[in-house]
Amino acid sequence: MSMDRREFLKIAGISSILGLGASIASATDPIWQRSLTPPQVGPNKEALTAQHWAMVIDMSMFKTEEDFQKTISACHTIHNVPDFKNPDGSVDIKDQIKWIWKETYEHSFPDQENPYMEERLKEMPFLVLCNHCERPACVRVCPTKATFKRPDGIVMMDMHRCIGCRFCMAACPYGARSFNWRDPRPFIKDENKEYPTRTKGVVEKCTFCTERLAVGKIPACVEAAPKGGMFFGDLSDKNSEVRKLVETRYTIRRKSELGTGPSVYYLIGGNDHA
Amino acid sequence: MKIYNGGPIIFGLVVFLGLATFPFYYNIGKANPKPEPKTDTPAIQEWEKQYGKKECVESKAYMRAEHMQLLNNWRDSVVRDGNRQYISNTSGKSFNMSLQNDCMHCHSNKKKFCDECHNYMAVKPYCWDCHIQPQEKEETKS
Repeated sequence: MSMDRREFLKIAGISSILGLGASIASATDPIWQRSLTPPQVGPNKEALTAQHWAMVIDMSMFKTEEDFQKTISACHTIHNVPDFKNPDGSVDIKDQIKWIWKETYEHSFPDQENPYMEERLKEMPFLVLCNHCERPACVRVCPTKATFKRPDGIVMMDMHRCIGCRFCMAACPYGARSFNWRDPRPFIKDENKEYPTRTKGVVEKCTFCTERLAVGKIPACVEAAPKGGMFFGDLSDKNSEVRKLVETRYTIRRKSELGTGPSVYYLIGGNDHA
Repeated sequence: MKIYNGGPIIFGLVVFLGLATFPFYYNIGKANPKPEPKTDTPAIQEWEKQYGKKECVESKAYMRAEHMQLLNNWRDSVVRDGNRQYISNTSGKSFNMSLQNDCMHCHSNKKKFCDECHNYMAVKPYCWDCHIQPQEKEETKS
């Protein structure tokens, strides 16, 4: 088919008009206007809010194994965290899912390990969890924005978007993320019917109990910890308990030299020490 | 026009057509019953007593056509924006956006509510891979 210049310009003109018309029509199509915005949606009235949620953990208050187990299981039961055990009772490290767990000093603070140091500290077990970093490495690497930083400082997971690539696990310097290699459902002893489980193929971690903050409760671990063991609050609020603790006592953070800005602070001295 | 090996070819075609259209012959006259989702759970009856009528978050027609879109929007709103309260366009009532705790609180009959249509339409939403479905008693077929 041959076409002269005039014919070509006519067709080009008509097509562009049609194209513009279509784009206007699709812009007014309700399907693009459906995402929910205030005032139709809003947070719960009783929700706890902050600029920068942070946690202070006083390790000297965790005296017995039971103190640790109580705190850990408070978290793991309400969040339906599976306990993978093989039929013979052994556990494959690879399968293990943990939101909050017990770790040795040298694994928690590899940067602070001196050849000779206070025996008490060297032997001290630590309670570790996601640090909800100010500059989270996991969020930078996530290709689907399944993990993201909320305005209140919490590093949150959107399980619906996670494709299980595990970049975040490689990026996280704290090992705070676990991958579901197997279907977790059969390994959850008592399901909390008010919280979802996860499925095979997604990464999960501590969320600072966003679902509890939304109804005005503090995180489950803080509630279950021995008295004075864990504190939770708004670090940007000058009058908050956590801010005062951080300002008046000597605290350490895990691998802060990496520049991630962890929001979990550890008190190691006990009252008489600091 | 002459077809080489016409006999076997035509025989093959007839067999193929017979197999390909077999599902249609097989199901002729056996119309699948129309799905009839049930909304007669205790929680809904309770609601009806209290407010005088059955009502969902939005109108029945809207829910029927758009519930997937609504659920997607709820999901994004809750998980990503932390907004958990939804104000209905229809009734102005406020709802807690939660599939597991709110939708299924009323619609505790997943089998007769969700699955009824989803099975008919052969759609398999993966909600229940993670979200825990309400426990239902095994219904005895009469």
